[in-house]
Amino acid sequence: MDSLSMSELWAIFVMQSFNGLSSFSVLLLMALGLAIIFGQMGVINMAHGEFLTIGAYTTFVLSEVSQRWMPWMQGSYFILAVVVSFFIAASVGLLVEHLMIRHLYRRPLDTLLATWGLSLIMQQVFRSVFGAKEVSATLPDWLMGSVQPTESIDIPINGLLVMGLTLLMTAGVFVGLFKTRWGVWVRATTQNRVMAGAAGINTRRIDKYTFALGCGLAGVAGAAFTTIGSTGPTSGSLYIVDTFLVVVFGGAESLVGTIASAFSIAQAQSTSEFFLTGSTAKVLTLLAVILILMLRPHGLFSIRVRR
Amino acid sequence: MSSETKTNASPLGKLLAFAQANRELTSFLVLSALLLVLFPLTMGIFRLNLVGKYLTYAFVALGLVICWGYGGILSLGQGVFFGLGGYCMAMFLKLEASDPQSTSIQSTPGIPDFMDWNQLTALPGFWKPFQSLWATFIAVPLIPALLALLVSVAMFKRRVGGVYFAIITQAVAAILSILIIGQQGYTGGVNGITDLKTLKGWDIRSDSAKYILYFANAFLLLAGVWVSSRMLKSKVGRLLLAMRDREDRVRFSGYDVANLKTFAFVFAAVLSAIGGAMFTLQVGFMSPSFVGIVPSIEMVICAAVGGRDSVFGAVYGTLLVNFGKTFFSEIFPELWLFMIGALFIGVVMVFPNGLAGLNRQKVMGAWEGLRTLVSKVRGRNKGTPLLPDGSAVAGGATLKNDL
Repeated sequence: MDSLSMSELWAIFVMQSFNGLSSFSVLLLMALGLAIIFGQMGVINMAHGEFLTIGAYTTFVLSEVSQRWMPWMQGSYFILAVVVSFFIAASVGLLVEHLMIRHLYRRPLDTLLATWGLSLIMQQVFRSVFGAKEVSATLPDWLMGSVQPTESIDIPINGLLVMGLTLLMTAGVFVGLFKTRWGVWVRATTQNRVMAGAAGINTRRIDKYTFALGCGLAGVAGAAFTTIGSTGPTSGSLYIVDTFLVVVFGGAESLVGTIASAFSIAQAQSTSEFFLTGSTAKVLTLLAVILILMLRPHGLFSIRVRR
Repeated sequence: MSSETKTNASPLGKLLAFAQANRELTSFLVLSALLLVLFPLTMGIFRLNLVGKYLTYAFVALGLVICWGYGGILSLGQGVFFGLGGYCMAMFLKLEASDPQSTSIQSTPGIPDFMDWNQLTALPGFWKPFQSLWATFIAVPLIPALLALLVSVAMFKRRVGGVYFAIITQAVAAILSILIIGQQGYTGGVNGITDLKTLKGWDIRSDSAKYILYFANAFLLLAGVWVSSRMLKSKVGRLLLAMRDREDRVRFSGYDVANLKTFAFVFAAVLSAIGGAMFTLQVGFMSPSFVGIVPSIEMVICAAVGGRDSVFGAVYGTLLVNFGKTFFSEIFPELWLFMIGALFIGVVMVFPNGLAGLNRQKVMGAWEGLRTLVSKVRGRNKGTPLLPDGSAVAGGATLKNDL
């Protein structure tokens, strides 16, 4: 380390934390959806990663379409892609909920197995349709450059966009859950399904749309994912364990906890990646998460609930 | 009533009546006949070796029946214990294969080849105990048991269970496989530990060795099945079942639920480790692809297909899933993932009790029908229509069918 001056070290630190921030953004978008599905509904959706892949492939398809037939859209297709990814992933989620999940609400461990099966099927569908090779969406020109606040610090614009998107979605989820009537219904259903039903809330419909919303968020995560990596049939499944750990680590019922834990896990990993090899960094991060979970089994921000 | 049935029945009827009365023993004898007689007689050494490989997964499925089917603790990290058992065995075999003569072209003779490729100049300390066969035999069950003990004491004492436990075991599986792949010089990396040749000078790759190892494996598995089914019939098994269904009541009755869960989890880990060690011996290598999350979950599906609360079902389920896997991935490689995905969904949604559940509903019904038919044919001459022994049907099925 002696060969590096203090300012260079600082620049590396800033850029490394920024890398952490972009992976934090994708992780958080994934985890938000999962926190809603798992934390609020108690369903273990192992196919959540595949909803990210749906979003990523949607973005890829739109980028190809705009390249070939609609050159005037090249600059703006990404914004459309975010919206379309959300709706495609959400409608697939709606379908899955209707066909599968609603029969399994009382058996969380069984939802885990069934959705794992679903994820295998979806992966094979992706492989059959898009091929086993990884594809990447062509990013519009305005996303390619980077901002240089100082001489040695380089911050990519696509990372900034992903962060902005994450901020927007997180704020949206918060407003939705805590400031709207729908949010009241969701929280009421989560806390006491029977009472909520007795108070005239259609809990079946709430379940359905909550699940779809969670899947839609994963779709947005997929659109964001295309700006930082290339998409393959198994891209989403690489994230699933991390995402579950994020949700569990933060405390399944707490959205603030999800944000805090996504932040700490992503930062811990990207900062330690600078000093150690990638695999050691990953192992240490996961180990730390497990050790902390042993001390606080219900997560960092658990709410005390009488069960 | 039942004594009358027996006196009047033909030899076949007598046999069926005996089978009905001692269902457990019958299942065990049928399984033994299948593994020890039918398979070796009908299959060539190549296929038999393949079956032997599948049977090592059956150890894991058996462990899952105990901790998941009975105890209600779903572990998605059983591959960790399978892998640890397998790696312990592989380390011993690798050290034996890397004697100074056969590795004389290396820059450091006497250490495994992958260490030499990774510029290690001495055997790492944690490999040293595996120079002794007895130490290896002790390490195979002990190391996984200790890890399982550590995880379960940390989790169950703090009342972490269910879904949280499943996710944490999954993370443990991810950690171990990343660690093995990352530490190439110490573990052989992603290729695993390969080129295993002899066990104390005995060539494990020869056909005769493969036969002997198959039978050793089958005997061990049958012993595991027997011990497990005895254990599950005992008080501990009843407690596990009670704990799965009403954990609070068991706790309020004065039992330590955490200890029970720890026992089930460690038991399952030891079984998986034995399976792993037998896998290494029969297949001749061990790699991280048996440690991670995907193989661990595939083993859960084996247990689920066989029937999550049936020790015999675990073996049949494993065989069926793996035969299916081999068959379909040879003929329609693209279809295999669809098939296993549909299997996951189907086994959860349509027949949650797996093969064993089907067996209890359908086959036992047919069995009963056959017996009635036999007694009727015999009974017609005497003019006494005989009823099937209805109490036996209800008695065997009640506990397990209530899910």
